Amino acid sequence: MPLENANFLVVEDSPTMRQLISFSLKRFKNARIIEAVDGVDALKKLSGPDKIDLILTDINMPVMDGLKLVSLVRQNAQLKSIPIIIITTEGAEEDRERGLALGANAYISKPIQSSHLIKTISELLAV
Amino acid sequence: MSEEKAEKFLELFNKGKEFTEELLRENQRLRYRVAALETESQSTGSAEEVQRLRAEVNQLADENRRLQARFQEVEEENKDFAHRYIEIEEQNNNLANLYVASYQLHSTLDFKEVIQIVQEIIINLVGAESFAILLLDEKTNELKTIASEGGDVMPNVESISARLGDGVLGSVAKTGESYYINQDVDGGKVTLEKPLAAVPLKIKEHVIGLIAIYKLLQQKDSFSAVDYELFSLLAAHAATAIFSSKLYSQSERKLNTIQSFLDLLTTSG
Repeated sequence: MPLENANFLVVEDSPTMRQLISFSLKRFKNARIIEAVDGVDALKKLSGPDKIDLILTDINMPVMDGLKLVSLVRQNAQLKSIPIIIITTEGAEEDRERGLALGANAYISKPIQSSHLIKTISELLAV
Repeated sequence: MSEEKAEKFLELFNKGKEFTEELLRENQRLRYRVAALETESQSTGSAEEVQRLRAEVNQLADENRRLQARFQEVEEENKDFAHRYIEIEEQNNNLANLYVASYQLHSTLDFKEVIQIVQEIIINLVGAESFAILLLDEKTNELKTIASEGGDVMPNVESISARLGDGVLGSVAKTGESYYINQDVDGGKVTLEKPLAAVPLKIKEHVIGLIAIYKLLQQKDSFSAVDYELFSLLAAHAATAIFSSKLYSQSERKLNTIQSFLDLLTTSG
């Protein structure tokens, strides 16, 4: 899939992090960034008219956390092939393993480095 | 007669034999000479060739050396560019962090939201697991926690209080100078009174409070260069954002009181 014109879904309860991630994603030409504040909001956006190419989600969020979102996306026939990156403050190895076991494609610990995020996304979307 | 003829014939034969032998010797000498000349000629030709080839080899060796030197120069330039690229990437990342932090801090006049944003910056951008935001009560000269995180790893972080000038926190609030723990003293042991870092919140030289950081996230070993930039930004921008939002909420309350009073006067009049 081309790295241009990609639609990203950023799932974060923190407006600061949403803005920071969106800022990094603008490095991709014609990137469209759709924001969601929790897992439930993300599922609504995923069932909308926009085809999402990649999901970036936090873990600790109110209403529905990121791990539940990953699990539900992977169980959904229409959505299960969308790459997912978890971006979280949870840096323990068991948290990483749990996230990846649920079906996330990559796991990035905060504080994020923009270059690392861009590299991870490029690798996932270049497949 | 026949005997004389025979002697003459024999003499003639002998002369012929001698002549023939002479001819054969000359022939052999000439053949040797030709062979020698041929060898000489050949050896002269290959020496020239060798000389020519040597010159060519030298020229190619020079060219090779020149290209190798240029290659090394280009490789060095390349390394330099790669290094600069990484530096620029890092700068870009840092500027993005600072821009977002600054943008968010001034995006609202709601006191609770401002405090929430300061907390988000400390957690997500600095990478702190346990910290406290303390404000100075100017009437009592006492610093008190108004928001905190990580009470599970730093018990009582939510209820810190310190007098202006007392201990590390009080000194930071009094002097307006940031504090970073010295790992060489006491093994860098962090306590409620002695955090990893304490950053004053200042409007010009006027300290209104401070941020005390007690523990970084598991994946973060130490503060990075951008963290110190963020602390500088927080010191000034968080202070003005907190101060403005406090003034705004006070003026809102006063306005509501005056409005209620006016409404009461209008109704009773």
